[in-house]
Amino acid sequence: MTMTIADALLYSLLGMAVVFFALVLLILIICIMNVFKKKEVKAAPAVAAAAAPIAEPVYAPGTAGELKLYDTDERDAAMLMAIVADTLGAPLNELRFKSIRELK
Amino acid sequence: MENMLNTLSTLWETSGFYMMAADWRQLVMIVLACVLLYLGLVKKFEPLLLVGIAFGMLLTNLPGSEMYHPELWDAYIAGEITFTGIIHEGGLLDILYIGVKSGLYPSLIFMGVGAMTDFGPLIANPKSLLLGAAAQLGIFAAFLMAIGIFGFEPNVAASIGIIGGADGPTAIWLTSQLAPDYLAPIAIAAYSYMALIPLIQPPVMKLLTTKEECEIKMEQLRPVSKTEKVLFPIIVTIFVCLLLPSVAPLLGCLMLGNLFKESGLTDRLSDTAQNAMMNIVTIFLSTSVGATAVYYRFLTPQTIFIIVLGLLAFEFATVGGLLLGKLMCVLTKGKINPLIGSAGVSAVPMAARVSQMVGQKANPSNFLLMHAMGPNVAGVIGSAVAAGFLLAVFGG
Repeated sequence: MTMTIADALLYSLLGMAVVFFALVLLILIICIMNVFKKKEVKAAPAVAAAAAPIAEPVYAPGTAGELKLYDTDERDAAMLMAIVADTLGAPLNELRFKSIRELK
Repeated sequence: MENMLNTLSTLWETSGFYMMAADWRQLVMIVLACVLLYLGLVKKFEPLLLVGIAFGMLLTNLPGSEMYHPELWDAYIAGEITFTGIIHEGGLLDILYIGVKSGLYPSLIFMGVGAMTDFGPLIANPKSLLLGAAAQLGIFAAFLMAIGIFGFEPNVAASIGIIGGADGPTAIWLTSQLAPDYLAPIAIAAYSYMALIPLIQPPVMKLLTTKEECEIKMEQLRPVSKTEKVLFPIIVTIFVCLLLPSVAPLLGCLMLGNLFKESGLTDRLSDTAQNAMMNIVTIFLSTSVGATAVYYRFLTPQTIFIIVLGLLAFEFATVGGLLLGKLMCVLTKGKINPLIGSAGVSAVPMAARVSQMVGQKANPSNFLLMHAMGPNVAGVIGSAVAAGFLLAVFGG
């Protein structure tokens, strides 16, 4: 089977169109996923606010909350929290530490 | 005494040295295999693959070794024998080659690649998918030149074009289906040029971009949630494989490997896919691909044409990504550095590193690596889609 240059050009254009179409489809899907994610993020504080009187304080993402240290200095506490986060494979801002006490 | 002489004579006549005297081309192939071994071991050109390919090439061209039989594979393509026949009659490398011919090894390699890939930068900046698509220009430009200038058959031209995808497993997967006789030169060209990306791309990047464009600093990417990362491989598999079912073995395995990584519940499987399994399959894949470089099929003018077209494919792929990068730079009023476009050629993560390197040379405080990883992994998906298209069109 041989092919003329004109046919080859047409196949090339069609091929590029298919690649672009597939990847543009993925862009749309990622954008839709992002819209849902934003809605979730907006809904979460509302639910938390409603539950506030009876629930524990809700901390903003990225804070560790109010941590009480007993016989532990801040440097050791930071190290311990980093080790726990690493062991659990979870980002530090998703963990809540209430207190750290040195056992004697 | 006469018996002894007869025995010595028989020993000499059955030795590889005697057989090699009948055809000098085998010696050329052995020397070529040693050159490739040198490039892999000393110059460190993709050693994990090139060493195996070169050694397979060496083994298959040792006269009398009988490890690989191209005539058996011709019979298989003609429908005269099946894999069972090859297992019964073939040598060690014939048996290993079944994994290439069936598409098993490239798909499993893709599973390992998926388990090592972070699609986070792509999800954070979905526009980078466009750059991954534009960089597939190299595939179709080389396809066009292979037909228009060198007069290759369309199925062979498609296999040559896929070198421009800068993705070894994809090139092997497509070529083993469309043009198995050309598998060795195409695989060698693909892996060699991938290793040479830091030399191939920068001149084109400097030619097509201005100093101001290279200096552009991009905004930090948004964080990507775990849910997005878990959903991504599932959704991509469903939509892309519905669009192009022929790409399912490659893309499906890529995304399965990625799901193992991102789910957080299958760490053992992810670890096996990216380490033990990947290493085993790499050994089988590289040696059996190298074995297809049999002297009377490899030492032809076509091999030189393939090497030339492969280089052009890489250059056109870089041009495609850069030009769209420049367009996006203009449309976003300078928010996108066009250098990340060149990373759309796949060759993960080498091409992204080249974008970072060239960008940092223009502006030492510029960090483009994470931004370039988006187009880079998009290029993997893009080249798989292009391969699926070519298989669907020319595989019938």
